[in-house]
Amino acid sequence: MSNSAFIKSSIAKKYWMALTGLFLCLFLVGHLLGNLQLIFSTGEEGRRVFNEYAFFMTHNPAIKVLSYLTYFSILFHAVDGIALFVQNKKARPVPYAYSKPSANSSTPSRYMALLGTLVLVFIATHMSNFWWKMKYTEEIPLHSYFAKTDKDFGDSTYAKVFETKEFYYSQNGPIPKDTAATTVKGLDIMVKGTNLKYASGYKDLHTVVLQYFSKQNTSESGIPVGLLGTLFYVLSMAVLGFHLWHGFASAFQSLGLNHPTYTPMIKVFGRAFSVVVPLLFAIIPVFLYLIS
Amino acid sequence: MASKFINITLKVWRQKNAESKGVLETYALDNVSTDSSFLEMLDQLNEQLIQDKKSPVAFDHDCREGICGSCSLFINGRAHGPQTHNTTCQLHMRSLKDGDKIYIEPWRSKAFPIIKDLIVDRSAFDRIQQSGGFVSVNTSGNTMDANAIPVPKADADSAFEAAACIGCGACVASCKNSSAMLFVGAKVSQYSLLPQGKVEAKSRVQNMVRQMDEEGFGNCTNTGACEVECPKGISLENIARMNRDFLKANLNSDK
Repeated sequence: MSNSAFIKSSIAKKYWMALTGLFLCLFLVGHLLGNLQLIFSTGEEGRRVFNEYAFFMTHNPAIKVLSYLTYFSILFHAVDGIALFVQNKKARPVPYAYSKPSANSSTPSRYMALLGTLVLVFIATHMSNFWWKMKYTEEIPLHSYFAKTDKDFGDSTYAKVFETKEFYYSQNGPIPKDTAATTVKGLDIMVKGTNLKYASGYKDLHTVVLQYFSKQNTSESGIPVGLLGTLFYVLSMAVLGFHLWHGFASAFQSLGLNHPTYTPMIKVFGRAFSVVVPLLFAIIPVFLYLIS
Repeated sequence: MASKFINITLKVWRQKNAESKGVLETYALDNVSTDSSFLEMLDQLNEQLIQDKKSPVAFDHDCREGICGSCSLFINGRAHGPQTHNTTCQLHMRSLKDGDKIYIEPWRSKAFPIIKDLIVDRSAFDRIQQSGGFVSVNTSGNTMDANAIPVPKADADSAFEAAACIGCGACVASCKNSSAMLFVGAKVSQYSLLPQGKVEAKSRVQNMVRQMDEEGFGNCTNTGACEVECPKGISLENIARMNRDFLKANLNSDK
């Protein structure tokens, strides 16, 4: 019995919601600290810091384990949540003609499934905007790579190289892209037609983010994508806040952690968390949009 | 307080039996004393319906003292009406106003099928109770005096508070998921806190939770509506205790 009880029972479903939910709260803190670099270090230094950070986050093996745990948690939290929602709907096939739930419960607590779905929609768009590009496409330009230039520039030092549409820039001056015998492969610049590594560096996620949340980001038909993206981000963070407003403390109750002294503290902390974390997240794109 | 008489409009759920489709019927009821209880007002309605040669409204009631849990009724969008920690028989017409339109519906839950009008079948609670809500005592004649077993005062008090549950089903009716977790939490706690009940605590919580799920109640989303509407003020702590006990029982299960 115990095996099936840990998957099928109503209480076990809530344990899993609680555990994955609390893990995702930890993820939010980590993600937020990473994102805050976007406003705390600006300019060229900000680019270097953020792109190095993005490189670390996509290459460190420990982070890889954590990221797979995060994907699993998001999916499981969503699937389990949908299963609970369907069961709960079935438990009352005929609704009340007149119901006044505001008299006995908070609004976010009654709309967790809806709020969660909206958060999931946000996660999907957010990942296709940044995560997918970073991990699976070559669309992101390389930036701030350290190139070993002894062969081509007659210098044995590492040169900092930047990239624009037409040129790579190094300490030794610009190299035109089309005439340079180089080709970009992953994080490396190769000598064309060979396996010789010419230079290597970081994907410029920083520029991708800044370009996305900028006033200049408009579609061909003139739709202000940057503005809409920023607004959508801010709204999504408000939705996340409401989800956490109920969810944080609720997770502890589901795990059976209810204590006369600690539960009120958990509730206060959970509400502070649900306001502060989404607010700090939301400030970042607004800041980037305003300075663009 | 001098009694007054008010005129009200009632929207009452009428349903012939479990299979038939129900409908909200409208009745005007005049000269209702503000001193009468809500159930006495329904008695008055039924007398009027009988005089008009119509079928009276079926509703559950028994002690009319707020301790039996028989009276149900979802009144104006809330279990047992507009007051918190209250039963329908203890709701008085002075809590309502002249000219009010009052919606009266049965508890709505898949696990509580409607028998007729406002009466629902709450035997799902009985089956949960029968699955583990007891202490197996050897009654061979050597039964120990309960007072001979020391019980910490705090535990005795918590068990007593949990045992105050009258099984009315307001928790299920108020819960947006029709969850019975407050009821089952109270019944599990009432025994697991006391030395006599601890012996079977593990199998009790497993069996009662399994029965609860089989009856088709929904899941707990911790909205807290049950705690607010419970006539006996059963606390959410009992749900947390059941969640803890269920985890412990399954981690140590020898089944």
